[in-house]
Amino acid sequence: MRIFDLSTKIFCALLVAAVSFLSLGVLTPTSSFFHVEPYTALIIGKYLCYAILALSIDLVWGYLGILSLGHGAFFALGGYAFGMYLMRQIGAKSVYAASDLPDFMIFIGWDKLPWYWLGSHSFWFSCLLVLLAPGLLGLAFGWTAFRSRVSGVYFSIISQALTYALMLAFYLNNLGFGGNNGFTDFKTILGFDLRSNNMIGALLAISGLVLLLSYLLCRYLAVSRLGLVLVAIRDNEPRVPFAGYRVETVKLFIFTLSAMMAGLAGALYLPQVGIINPSLFAPVFSVEMVVCVALGGRGTLYGAVFGAIMVNLCKSTLTSAYPMAWPFVLGGLFVAVAVFLPQGLAGLFFPQGESKLKRAWSSLFGLKSPSPDLDLDWEPDDQELDDEAEPSSNHLSKASLAGPKAGRA
Amino acid sequence: MPKPLKKSRPLAGLLLPSLFFLVLLAWASPWAKAQEGPGPGLELSDGPARPAGLTQAVIESLVSSKVNDRDLAIAALAQDQSEAATELLRALLEGGLMTQRASQGLYLASPEGGYRELISGQPLGDLGGLNLRKVGINNRQRESLVSIINNRTLVSPDLAVRRRAAAALVASKSLDPELIRELLSKESDGQVIRSYQKILAIETLGREGAPEEEVLTALNFLGDNLTPEARESMRAYAESENPALAAAAQGAMARQDHQLQHLAFFETIFFGLSLGSVLVLIGIGLAITFGVMGVINMAHGEMVMLGAYTVWALQSLLPGQAGLALILAVPVSFVVTGLVGAILELSIIRYLYSRPLETLLATYGVSLVLQQAVKIFISSNNRSVETPQFMSGLLHLSDHLTVTYSRLYIIGFCLVVFLMINLVMKRTRLGLEVRAVTQNRAMAQAMGVNSKRVDTLTFVLGSGVAGMAGVALSQLTNVGPNLGQSYIVDSFMVVVFGGVGNLWGTFLGGLIIGMANKFMEPINGAIMAKILIMVGIILFIQRHPSGLFPQKGRAASL
Repeated sequence: MRIFDLSTKIFCALLVAAVSFLSLGVLTPTSSFFHVEPYTALIIGKYLCYAILALSIDLVWGYLGILSLGHGAFFALGGYAFGMYLMRQIGAKSVYAASDLPDFMIFIGWDKLPWYWLGSHSFWFSCLLVLLAPGLLGLAFGWTAFRSRVSGVYFSIISQALTYALMLAFYLNNLGFGGNNGFTDFKTILGFDLRSNNMIGALLAISGLVLLLSYLLCRYLAVSRLGLVLVAIRDNEPRVPFAGYRVETVKLFIFTLSAMMAGLAGALYLPQVGIINPSLFAPVFSVEMVVCVALGGRGTLYGAVFGAIMVNLCKSTLTSAYPMAWPFVLGGLFVAVAVFLPQGLAGLFFPQGESKLKRAWSSLFGLKSPSPDLDLDWEPDDQELDDEAEPSSNHLSKASLAGPKAGRA
Repeated sequence: MPKPLKKSRPLAGLLLPSLFFLVLLAWASPWAKAQEGPGPGLELSDGPARPAGLTQAVIESLVSSKVNDRDLAIAALAQDQSEAATELLRALLEGGLMTQRASQGLYLASPEGGYRELISGQPLGDLGGLNLRKVGINNRQRESLVSIINNRTLVSPDLAVRRRAAAALVASKSLDPELIRELLSKESDGQVIRSYQKILAIETLGREGAPEEEVLTALNFLGDNLTPEARESMRAYAESENPALAAAAQGAMARQDHQLQHLAFFETIFFGLSLGSVLVLIGIGLAITFGVMGVINMAHGEMVMLGAYTVWALQSLLPGQAGLALILAVPVSFVVTGLVGAILELSIIRYLYSRPLETLLATYGVSLVLQQAVKIFISSNNRSVETPQFMSGLLHLSDHLTVTYSRLYIIGFCLVVFLMINLVMKRTRLGLEVRAVTQNRAMAQAMGVNSKRVDTLTFVLGSGVAGMAGVALSQLTNVGPNLGQSYIVDSFMVVVFGGVGNLWGTFLGGLIIGMANKFMEPINGAIMAKILIMVGIILFIQRHPSGLFPQKGRAASL
C-alpha cells in the first residue's frame, strides 16, 4: 500500500504534533510556558472542522471532478443534527426552565417536540443522525442527479439551489429549528461543561483525530483501485462504462461518503463555535470552502487542508484588522486561483506535469495562447485528442497523486 | 484576424438597442417633463385670494377666541359659492387656517408648504415672529363643514371631482338619503350613479324597519359590489330570522365571494406575470452568456445591481427629474454594465473559456469585489430611487380590479427587451456570428468569424441587458449592494429550467416560474412557495436535464 507516501507522513506528523501540543497546552496552568489560551484552541478547532469539510469537497471535486457548491448544506445539517442534542442538554438550565422544550419552541407556542426531535436526547443516536441526515440527503440528491447524468456546471448550479432552498427553509420559524437565531447557548455534552478547559482540549483533540482519520480514508480511497476509477471518471467519464464500471454507483458512493464527512465536520464545529444558524446554508459559505480547496490545490488532499486553514486564518486576521478589505482579498483570491493557479498552491510548490503557472504567465504576456477557443461544447473533439494522449493505468495512478488536469470539469 | 469590413458590422447588433433607446428617449422625454409640471392643486393659490363672503364681520368672528363665533363665519361662508370660499372652508376643516390675533390677519397653508396671507396672497417667509394660532373648530362644526364641502363637490362640474366626492361619501356617517336621491336624479355619470346607489342600498340595510322588498333590492344590488362596507352591511341580514332575507343575503354574499375569487385569480395572474417578467429580464442576459457562450457568470447579479445604481446616480444628477432620469438610465445602464462586462471578459473570462468551473469561481470572486466596492464607495445602506409620476399610481381596469402602473410598465419593458434581443440574435450580423460560434466554433473561425471578438461582444450584450434589468428592478425593490445576489440563484434556475441556449425557453421558463410562485404563495406562504419551486426545478432538471426546450441537432452535443 502506498497510503503513507512522503506527503502523507509529513502531514500526519505535523497534524498529530500540532494538535497534541495545542490540546495539551489548554490543560496546563496559565503560568506555564506551554499554556494555550482556550480561545485560541477553539479557533484552531474550528479551522480543523473547516479542513475536514474542505477534504470532503476535495474528494468529490479533486478526484471525481464534481464541483458541489452545496457542501455547506451537509456541513450545516450535521451541525443542526448535533445541535438538537445540545439543545436538549440545556434542559432545566434554560431561561424557561419549566419545560423540557428548547426556548425557541416555547416562544412560538409549541407544547411538545415535533417527531423529528425524537431521540435527540440520546448522545449516540445524535451521533448517528449526524452521519445519517447529511448522508441521506447526499444519497437522495446524488441518486437523482447522477442517474439522469446531471453533471458539470449543471450539477454545480442545482447543488447551489439545494443549499439555497435549505437556507430559506431553515429561516422559517415553524420548521422547528430555531429560525433566524438557530441554536445557541449550549451548556453541556454528556454532562460535562462545554466551557471547561478539559472539554475544549478534548474537542480540539477529537477534531484533530477526525481530520486525521478522514485524511487517511481519503488517501486510502485515492490510492486504491477505486481511486483510479475516480480519476478516470474525472478525466474521461464517457469511457469509464466501457471499461466495465458503473459510473453512477461510484459517484453516488463517493458523494454520499463526502456528505457524511461534511456532516461530521459540522457536528464538531458546533460545540466549538457555540452557535449555528441558517447562514451556514448560504451559498457563499460553500463557495468559499471550494475556493479554499482550489487555493490549496485540489486533488492533493493536503492542499485542501492547508487551503482551508490558511484562508480562514487570513479571514480571521483580516476581518478584525481591516473589515472592509476581506471581500476584496477573497474575491481577488477567487480570480487569482482560477486564472493563475489551477493547481493551487500545491501545484505552485510541487508542480507536476506541465506547469500551469508557466502556461498562465505565458498566456498573460501573449507568448502562447492557452487555446481559449476550446469550448466545453466541443467535448467530442477533445476526446479524440485525449484518446491519443490517454496515459497507461500506471501513468494514470501517478496522475492521481499529481492533481487534476485543469482543463477538465 | 480583424478585417476592416466586418469589424463594423457586428457592432450593428449593439447599435440597434442604442438606437431604439434614442427613439424611446425622444418620444418620452417631453412627456416626462410634462409630468413634472405643477400639479392641479397649485393653481388654486393663484386664483382670487379673497372670497366675496369674507366680510370684516366674518374675519372678526374667525379670529375671535370663542369657538361659537365661528358658527356665524361658517354660515356666512356657506352662502358664498365661489371656489375661494370652498378653499377657505376646506383649510378650516383641515386645520390649515392660522390667525394672528393682534393684526386680525388670516393665513392659509399652501399646498407646497408654508403659509400665505389670505387677503393679499403674499407668501410668508418666516413664521417665527408672527405668533400664529390655529383657528379651531369643534366636532359639530366639523360635521357641518364636511357636508357643506361635500355638497359643493358633489355638484361640481368637474367629473373627476364629482366621482371622488361620491366615492368619499360612503365613509361619512351623517348622510341625508333625500339629498342623495335628489342628486341621483340629476346625475348622468354611471360611476357616480353607482356610488349613490351603493350608499342608498347600505342606508336601506342599516335602517330599522325598512320594507322587505326594498331590502331585497338592496341586497341584490350589493351582491355585485365588492367593497368591504357593502359586505359589512349585509352580514347582519345573513343571520336574519326572516328566511327570505337571510337567503337573499347569503346568496348575495356568495356571489360576492365568487367574484372576489375571480378577481383574486386575475390579480395572481398579473402578479405572476410581473414577477415572471423580472425573472425573464434578469435571466435573458444570463441566457446569452451562459446559454449561448457557456460562460457561468456569477457576477451577473452584480451587473443587475450596477444597473439599478445607475438609476440612482442619474436621479441624483438630475434632481427633480425622476422620470427623465429613469428613461435615460435604460441606455446609460446598458453602456455602463456593458463596459464592466467588457473589462471582465477581456481581463478574466477570456482565459477561462475551456474551464467552466474556474470561470464560475473567478466570476464569484468578481461579484464579491463589486459588492464590496459598492459598499465602500457608495454605501452599504439601501439607496432610495424615486418612482416617477407616470410609473406610480393605479390603473383601474374595473371598479375593483386595479393594477399598479409600475408592474405594468415592467411587463411591457420585459417584452420589448426580449423582442429586441431576439431581433439582435436573428437579424443582425452579430447574432448570426454568435449563433455560428455557438454551433461550431472551429467551423465559424474557418469561415472568417473572429470568434474572440464575438465572445467579447456577446458578453457585453449579456451584461448590458442585465443592467437594463437593474433599471426595472430599481422600481420594485430596494437598491442596495445585495440586490443582485438575491436574484442570482433564481435566474440561473430560470435559464436551466427553460433550456440552456434557448431564449424562448428562458422567456417561457421565467413566466412559468413567476406564475407558479404567485399561485403557490397564498397556499404555503412566500418562502415555502419559493422552496417548493426550487425543489420542483431540481427534480425537473433530473428528469429533463436539458430543460423545457432542449437544443436539438448538432448544437445539442453539450
